Amino acid sequence: MILMKDIYKTYDNGVTALNGINVEIDQGEFVYVVGPSGAGKSTFIKLMYREVKPSKGKLIINNKDLTDLKEKEVPLLRRQIGVIFQDFKLLSRLTVYENIAFALEVINESPRNIRKRVMDVLELVGLKNKARFIPSELSGGEQQRVSIARAIVNHPKLVIADEPTGNLDPDTSWEIMKVFEEINARGTTIVMATHSKEIVNTIKRRVIAIEDGRIVRDQHRGDYGYEI
Amino acid sequence: MKFRTLKRHLREGIKNIFRNGWMTVASVGAVTMTLVLVGSFLALMLNLNHMAEKIEDDVVVKALIDTTADDSQIKVLGDEIEQIAEVDSVVFSSKDEELDNLIEGLGDSWRLFEQENPLNHAYIIKATDPQNTSSIAQKVASLSNVDEVTYGEEVVQNLFKFNNYARNIGIVLILGLVLTAIFLISNTIKLTIMARSKEIGIMKLVGATNGFIRWPFFIEGMLLGILGSIIPIVGILVGYKFFENNIQQINTIGFVELLPYNPFAWQLSAILLATGALIGIWGTVMSVRKFLKV
Ligand SMILES: Nc1ncnc2c1ncn2[C@@H]1O[C@H](COP(=O)(O)OP(=O)(O)OP(=O)(O)O)[C@@H](O)[C@H]1O
Ligand SMILES: [Mg+2]
Repeated sequence: MILMKDIYKTYDNGVTALNGINVEIDQGEFVYVVGPSGAGKSTFIKLMYREVKPSKGKLIINNKDLTDLKEKEVPLLRRQIGVIFQDFKLLSRLTVYENIAFALEVINESPRNIRKRVMDVLELVGLKNKARFIPSELSGGEQQRVSIARAIVNHPKLVIADEPTGNLDPDTSWEIMKVFEEINARGTTIVMATHSKEIVNTIKRRVIAIEDGRIVRDQHRGDYGYEI
Repeated sequence: MKFRTLKRHLREGIKNIFRNGWMTVASVGAVTMTLVLVGSFLALMLNLNHMAEKIEDDVVVKALIDTTADDSQIKVLGDEIEQIAEVDSVVFSSKDEELDNLIEGLGDSWRLFEQENPLNHAYIIKATDPQNTSSIAQKVASLSNVDEVTYGEEVVQNLFKFNNYARNIGIVLILGLVLTAIFLISNTIKLTIMARSKEIGIMKLVGATNGFIRWPFFIEGMLLGILGSIIPIVGILVGYKFFENNIQQINTIGFVELLPYNPFAWQLSAILLATGALIGIWGTVMSVRKFLKV
């Protein structure tokens, strides 16, 4: 499913964010990525949907080698992955409904299916009554949930989330985690960077800890392991 | 592309026109201004051209025949003139006809010459190409039994000069206008797209191809151009009718003749519509190109 071999990433400004990453994640796994701020978690995650290109190393996602991925194939890769961005990345002039529908429009889904799937997923994240709002009319947590809805609406095999509960109150966080557990139970792989000790220590899953661009710990049913 | 995708792009393009609010108004305004100017200039230029051609057609060489020449000599002269390559037609005009023309043009006071007509018989010569008028005049002057050749040298020369000037100035003006417009529009659209460059980046991260992103912009640009051409087209259709009606009334000099409303006004409208749409498409496609490399 996901395979990284000796991955290095040095940004244009000379900062080395990843320093030899080796990891394998199987289909259906639920993985937390933890580590201090600036450790390279977001960079690690951005590799997978090609927002960032590795400087060196071998990277396979969904059985596809990204080393020699053509520019034209990038949209296809991204359609197979649901991404929840640290800063949401919602289209500011579109409504909640239109934002979520966009992910289905790019894959040529029929209008009838789009309507049904969007309404279903809005139900799931509890935003059915705000379908016609635009992002600036929503709270941070609500925007977060829209971004989650967009990521999962086309049933991708892999969902990647960068601090999906970073802006949510504890109650909503747990509800979101329930959604993740649910789609994980259906066989979806989930990779999630997080700073939430409570979540990691309560819902026990595989934990990958990154520090200074290296994996320092990889544990099944692991702990958060850092004191805040 | 599937039909429903095209429908989706159409819908998005139209929605964007409303989402952009004032930017739409600014872009449409820029197209409108340009097309009003281009349309007026085109109408003016094409009509001036038309009139000039009309006058050129009316330019004739008049060979005054020696009063001493007899009928057979006059006939020989007519044949000789007809043999000059650039000559289109030769018509004989007797001195009585000449006087009638004069009286008609200049007034009854010339009637006192009716007793003893001082004029010459004449040949009225038309050139195949008005530009050859002066060379015909020279050749005819060298024939025998020709007293004098007139063709309103200055009128003809000035006319040709004016016509060329007008043509060149018109072309420069229209080119300048269109370039200014394209600059204005692409700047306006660039502003809206700068604001949207972030959105384009997001669309790409969600898996949209460049084509998918570009289409609604393309449609939006075309619609902006078409919207911008509405006022100029209505202006041309109404204004040209108005001019046509009024020029007929003040048309005492004879050569002020407009191109006929149908088809000219309609053709001009079609040109404005197409120009508007092209400017709009060009503006959006050019400015969106840069941001697609995200
Ligand atoms: N686009 C970029 N250009 C240059 N340097 C970058 C870029 N993005 C990240 N970095 C650098 O790479 C390092 C790792 O950043 P990254 O965003 O991966 O950290 P992180 O673990 O996600 O941190 P946080 O928990 O605060 O989100 C940092 O030192 C950061 O300054
Ligand atoms: Mg981060």
